[in-house]
Amino acid sequence: MVAIARKSTGLNPLDSLRQKVAMPYLLLLPGMLWLLVFFLAPILTLVSTSTKVPGMGIGEFVQQYRWANYWDAITAMQTQFIRTFVYAIIATLLALAISYPLAYAIAFKSGRWKNVLLVLVVAPFFCSFILRTIAWRQILAQDGLVFKTLHSLHLISADTRLTSSAFAVVTGLAYNFLPFMTLPLYASLERIDPRTMEASGDLYANGLTTFRKVTLPLSMPGVVAGTLLTFIPAAGDFVNAQILGNPSTTMIGNVINAQYLQTTNYPLAATLSFILMIAILAIVLVYIRKSGTDELV
Amino acid sequence: MKKFTRWFSKNLIRIYAVMGFTYLFIPILYTFVFSFNDYVRSNLVWRGFTFNNWTDPCAPLDICPALGNSIKIGLMATFGATILGTLIAFALARYAFRGRGLVNTLIFLPMATPELVLGASLLTMFLNLGFNPGFWTIVIAHIMFCISFVVVTVKARIASLDPRLEQAAMDLYANEAETFRRVTLPLVAPGIAGGALLAFSLSFDDFIITNFNSGTTITFPLYVYTHAERGLPAQANVIGVSMFLLALIVVLAGQFVGRKRKVSA
Repeated sequence: MVAIARKSTGLNPLDSLRQKVAMPYLLLLPGMLWLLVFFLAPILTLVSTSTKVPGMGIGEFVQQYRWANYWDAITAMQTQFIRTFVYAIIATLLALAISYPLAYAIAFKSGRWKNVLLVLVVAPFFCSFILRTIAWRQILAQDGLVFKTLHSLHLISADTRLTSSAFAVVTGLAYNFLPFMTLPLYASLERIDPRTMEASGDLYANGLTTFRKVTLPLSMPGVVAGTLLTFIPAAGDFVNAQILGNPSTTMIGNVINAQYLQTTNYPLAATLSFILMIAILAIVLVYIRKSGTDELV
Repeated sequence: MKKFTRWFSKNLIRIYAVMGFTYLFIPILYTFVFSFNDYVRSNLVWRGFTFNNWTDPCAPLDICPALGNSIKIGLMATFGATILGTLIAFALARYAFRGRGLVNTLIFLPMATPELVLGASLLTMFLNLGFNPGFWTIVIAHIMFCISFVVVTVKARIASLDPRLEQAAMDLYANEAETFRRVTLPLVAPGIAGGALLAFSLSFDDFIITNFNSGTTITFPLYVYTHAERGLPAQANVIGVSMFLLALIVVLAGQFVGRKRKVSA
């Protein structure tokens, strides 16, 4: 292989070797530079902004390396942080509960409709995220479909509100990130050799045991990837809480957004952003370690 | 009754899947229905059926320029992220080199960082440098967050290739460049197309990062968000539903072509 390559490019062996060593770095260079300048450098700017304190002028901040900013931010926004992670976890579990059977049905029960159904899972994504969230608000509204149905079934009273509630925010989060859950689940279920399930049946395991002992463990990489891809955007979201929530469902994303774009308290906004990032990273890493799927990273 | 119970337990998973799809499509159906609403100022109450919103989608001020911006930004971001991401994917999948762990970490981190933090930190840097946010800062930001998704998609495709195909080409006296151009690249192409499609959809629908780095430039998601409180015109529904249908057609057509090719090959 190497011999042919050398003959046709006409390079001496040493040049060819040098090119081989340099090649991966040349391929990596433009993309890595982009990420260094527009991802890593901004994160470092964020950290440096987070320890600043208000200066003399309005909207002016000076660097004092005040790491106590972090403690202040955590104590001030404790409720919002806890609420954010509770909402994100519930939304992720809800999305998992909805997506698993869906992905299972597409992988094993859909026959030749498989590809069409898969496209249908992703397609709602293309109808703008904000439009869909607004649609949810209207559907859950007092004169909307869901409310009327539940009310006529006497499951809720006339003065219950579905919109502007924690319920609306969590279902909105679960809805908006559903394809992020379904696709990895489908990918890992699809890879399972159906013969492993048949074998389990041959060994007198019933459907439930087969699922618990064979299908579920084999689909774990998909479960891990899906829950992460749902949890991360859900924990950082503020749009659902903004459109579907009320002041008592404020998530940390809403606080950061307001501190940046309305209050323009950049140090506090930066501190909160960095805490959020680290908290999510810590959860992600512990979760990956615990579930033993390192192939993601 | 017994018959029904057996049918029910046999098809439980299918029933559940139908419910799942219903959940997915109710908001789309709602958006579709209200795109025909003869609305006045805000599109919240049903006032009668009309085709006007579909025949004149650009009627509300700013909506079509916003859509145009979204498409332009989407195409540029897709182009940039697909090239940069594909190069990285080839480096990771085909070469052994020092610093691989570092590269993997730098690819993984943007995906594990909430969009809010990506957008906010980039804005902080632009402001510190005295940059005015606008059209180009949006493009820069979109390329940044799309790269990782392209890398993951393309890398998976390269990894699934049968190495014997390339060996066969080499055995038939194709040099490295020829093998790459005539064997490797065509085989990886569906992965690159998938990555590009993913990048475009992420860019086109992005709100959070764009909201931070847009300055006075308006994209379609920004338009929808800012008009949500004052009253959103039904034309926004028309555009949303059209994008949905367009995506459906493109992907289904792509699958159809792919299947035909497989059959003829």
